[in-house]
Amino acid sequence: MTKEDIKQVVLDIIADIAPDEDLSAVKPEVRLRDQLSLDSMDFLDIVMELRKKHGIEVPEADYVQLASLDSCAEYLLPKFQAKGSK
Amino acid sequence: MSSKTRIVITGIGLTAPNGNSLPEFRANLLAGKARIAEIDVRHMGRHPAGVCDFDATKWQKRKEIRNGTRVGSISIYCAREALGDSGLAWESVDKSRVGVYLGITEHGNVETENEIHNISQFGNDTKYWTHHHNPRTVANNPAGEVTMNMGITGPHYTIGAACAAGNAGLIQAAQMLQLGEVDVAFAGGVSESIHTFGIFAGFKNQGALGAHDDPTKASRPFDKNRNGIVISEGGAIYVLERLEDAQKRGARILAEIAGWCINSDATDAVLPNPERQAECVRLALKRAGMKPQDIHIVSTHATATALGDIQECTALREVFTDCPGTYINNTKSFIGHCMGAAGALELAGNLPSFEDGWVHPTINIEELDPECAMPGLVINQAVQAPRLEAILNNSFGMLGINSALIVKKYGVA
Repeated sequence: MTKEDIKQVVLDIIADIAPDEDLSAVKPEVRLRDQLSLDSMDFLDIVMELRKKHGIEVPEADYVQLASLDSCAEYLLPKFQAKGSK
Repeated sequence: MSSKTRIVITGIGLTAPNGNSLPEFRANLLAGKARIAEIDVRHMGRHPAGVCDFDATKWQKRKEIRNGTRVGSISIYCAREALGDSGLAWESVDKSRVGVYLGITEHGNVETENEIHNISQFGNDTKYWTHHHNPRTVANNPAGEVTMNMGITGPHYTIGAACAAGNAGLIQAAQMLQLGEVDVAFAGGVSESIHTFGIFAGFKNQGALGAHDDPTKASRPFDKNRNGIVISEGGAIYVLERLEDAQKRGARILAEIAGWCINSDATDAVLPNPERQAECVRLALKRAGMKPQDIHIVSTHATATALGDIQECTALREVFTDCPGTYINNTKSFIGHCMGAAGALELAGNLPSFEDGWVHPTINIEELDPECAMPGLVINQAVQAPRLEAILNNSFGMLGINSALIVKKYGVA
């Protein structure tokens, strides 16, 4: 699992929870909220889908780490790697 | 504001299993076309049910549909269609003076069952329970989704009234208009009940779930071999206004609310009480200033249960004696029991009678139950009538709630 793979995982989740959004030009370094119509419930959906589909837990204190695709990749990479090594 | 303030219907939006607009619904009722499907009910296998096929994306974004409820989508579709039908210049309407009053039989069962099923896939660990659960299951959900979609800032709530709810929503709205609480009301009834297995299981274990090899014949009120209710989803929402407001804007007036009554049996949780039903009808007539002979169509509630149909017929025979100009019909024979939407849909399907002069039938009667025989019962074929100026719409529900709503052709004394 690479950082690029993780960005795609997050984009796939967003495609499910925000199906009206055009995700073709999402900038990885820009906050998702600043370029997509996402609210706090949507971020909870992202957390839930990471839990359900990938067994990844994101504690509430770390929600801020999901702000952009880049920060998602940075934060989630060790979690995915830990899952992969089990 | 006087209680004599006259309230009129100026728009209707609906989705029924056999129609997504009033003209389509009406045409199928006159043509005797039922539409009942067979669906997979969780834990229970296949059962007949009335399924609506309106296009939710007409008025909602896909994310709204995903985050909301099925009944929210039904409500938004019906309210938006009603708005279009009313001809209201929406951009100039003061949204703080608009109210939304929707009748529901139940709410939240669908979403709760879905989540119980969802967490069962994860060892019943509640950390997998969706955070959307509470906004989806609060009792005001259907009406609240309408306000968010349409930018309405006046009051909104649902009226829980079992299967009398469609009438109850309309009555609530008429009262709020008379009180001057709002200037425009979106009102009626809605249901998503086919998506909860609990309702199917409850009726089945009560011996009241309809079945037939041909699903379109499963709902057969007044037939000797009827065997219970066909559960359906649907919605009908009306635009109601005070008469003077409707006249001021040159609105097309579809009908006038003439009178109503809601009362309670106070006898049994499920078995209706014909004495209280008759009292309910009589009080609605009194408030409308009408005699039984003034009613030209009685839209019955009958759900095709063994006892319930007989009880309603007993009540109607008691009130409508010597009424040669009164016709009696039933809509559930076409679309099943739309629960919270039933009363509002059944009234809507009859309203065009004022213009087209026809009374739609009750269908699926192969052998009339003698205990349901009533003069004026329109069986299997629509009839033309010389005078159609007033409709009595019956809707009754569990815990002994009865409602009777009378509407009349506008302009008739």
